[in-house]
Amino acid sequence: MRDQHGIQAETLAREFKGGIRAVDGIDLHVSPGEIYGFLGPNGAGKSTTVHMLTTLLPPTSGKARVAGYDVVKHGPRVRAAIGAALQEAALDPFLTAREHLRLQSSLHGLTRQQRRERSQDLLERVGLTQAADRKVKGYSGGMKRRLDIALALVHEPSILFLDEPTTGLDVQSRSALWGEVGRLAKGEGVTVFLTTQYLEEADVLADRVGIIHRGHIVAEGTPTELKAEIGRPTVEAVPSDPSQRAGINDVLSKFGTPTAGAPNAVSVRCEEEADLADIVRALDAAQLHVAQIQLHEPTLDDVFLAKTGTSLEGAAEEEELETVSV
Amino acid sequence: MRSVVRTFRQPAMIIPNITFPLLLLAINSNGLRAATHLPGFPTNSFLDFFIPIAFMQGALFASAIAGIDLARDIDNGFLNRLALTPMRGSAVILGQLGGAVALGTIQAAVYLAVGIAAGVRFETGVAGAAVLFILAVLIALGFGGLGIYLALRTGSGEAVQSTFPLLFFLLFLSSMNLPRDLIKAAWFRDIATANPVSYMIEAMRTLVISGWDAQALGLGFLFTFAMIALALGLSAASLKTRMART
Repeated sequence: MRDQHGIQAETLAREFKGGIRAVDGIDLHVSPGEIYGFLGPNGAGKSTTVHMLTTLLPPTSGKARVAGYDVVKHGPRVRAAIGAALQEAALDPFLTAREHLRLQSSLHGLTRQQRRERSQDLLERVGLTQAADRKVKGYSGGMKRRLDIALALVHEPSILFLDEPTTGLDVQSRSALWGEVGRLAKGEGVTVFLTTQYLEEADVLADRVGIIHRGHIVAEGTPTELKAEIGRPTVEAVPSDPSQRAGINDVLSKFGTPTAGAPNAVSVRCEEEADLADIVRALDAAQLHVAQIQLHEPTLDDVFLAKTGTSLEGAAEEEELETVSV
Repeated sequence: MRSVVRTFRQPAMIIPNITFPLLLLAINSNGLRAATHLPGFPTNSFLDFFIPIAFMQGALFASAIAGIDLARDIDNGFLNRLALTPMRGSAVILGQLGGAVALGTIQAAVYLAVGIAAGVRFETGVAGAAVLFILAVLIALGFGGLGIYLALRTGSGEAVQSTFPLLFFLLFLSSMNLPRDLIKAAWFRDIATANPVSYMIEAMRTLVISGWDAQALGLGFLFTFAMIALALGLSAASLKTRMART
């Protein structure tokens, strides 16, 4: 199960009808055993990339090697080495979890005995033993996702692709899934390629993050490196009296450039190393009162904003209009 | 196997599909009984004349179920899951046909049993009933294949459903209600003559009402096998586009 080769891509691209380049020449290098977070809004090219790397969609140009095999020339070998839980929890509502696992393991050529044992192991691992013989149509979103991942692990793959695994899940299910993905990578040496549109997910889970925007990778590095690159913290002040908002804005603007924040607050990204005490003194001198004032360290959303000129949330709305089906 | 299990776990879909042709059979065999008085009508039992239509309608329903189920697999990504396994592409089509054939077999058995209980007598005896049963299952296979082709081509259950009335139209423009030589309107007779469905119906009909007819049976089986070959060929070609794995 321990991966030796990881994932490499060079100028990988996919063009759809009408000349739309959903993925426009990306380079990737994912080391064995690494959790790589591929972050971007809907329609940015995340799923198209996953479909190419998992051999489901031939690239228009460029090259990619997964688990040491070329995705175009050695499709069957790549598929034997990888597991994938794609964006949709692709399950048959009329089958039970155990039937899904038996079907999947028989398609991977496991013997009857192996099928039975592997199915039971995986059901226990993802906490579905109680519901194993119930039809999937009665499952919650979290249960479906857990089964989806169990199915991807049936043949003990060395590389796991998870396409937005926690979209639509509640906080508890999301955190349980993060735990399981972490165990797979750190405990068993499985390389994980994870796409997400959640900053927190990439921040918490990924060893390295690639930010994709309109088919291009605009930033790549560990979450800490990326945030350090931005470097500048944000100061957010909530006026005690809303009529003082303009005055507070004037004072804060001396320390940085205005930026988006909470609706009831005034926010600026500091120009240089910020000293909160200086800001408080300046507000006091101007006889302005704040109910709350906070210094925020940079987040991945700040990185996204700096690299693309838009916040991840805004980009999601914008790019949904251009979503390309694969 | 999955498609067979899944088909039979949707009673809300299959029960109406089995009962509707029986209801139509009951209504028409009484309501259109007067047609048997037409000079040249080949039998005095409209039930004997009309029972093949139940098998044809059953096959059309089996086609819709197979197509809708596969379209759902495409839509929810299940086909991608299968594509990531070592499974051959052809197995997707054959597996899906399993559900259509299983349903077609059950339907044919029910229609045959109900027909015989209601008084249908086979001129060709037990052997003729067995041949009709085989032909009915093959027709279900052929129409099931067309449903699968439509699902692979469009990837949409709604699209499969919307083409279903067109297939029914094909049934209505055949020798379903009258023998071709008794259809007065020339345009209708010409369409029914050019419609392969007429020959499938007539092959089954001769087994019930007129005895062994090599020509009718030959044409019925020929068009059925042609439909199976066409449906499988089109499905295989569409699968290459739909399952474009490397």
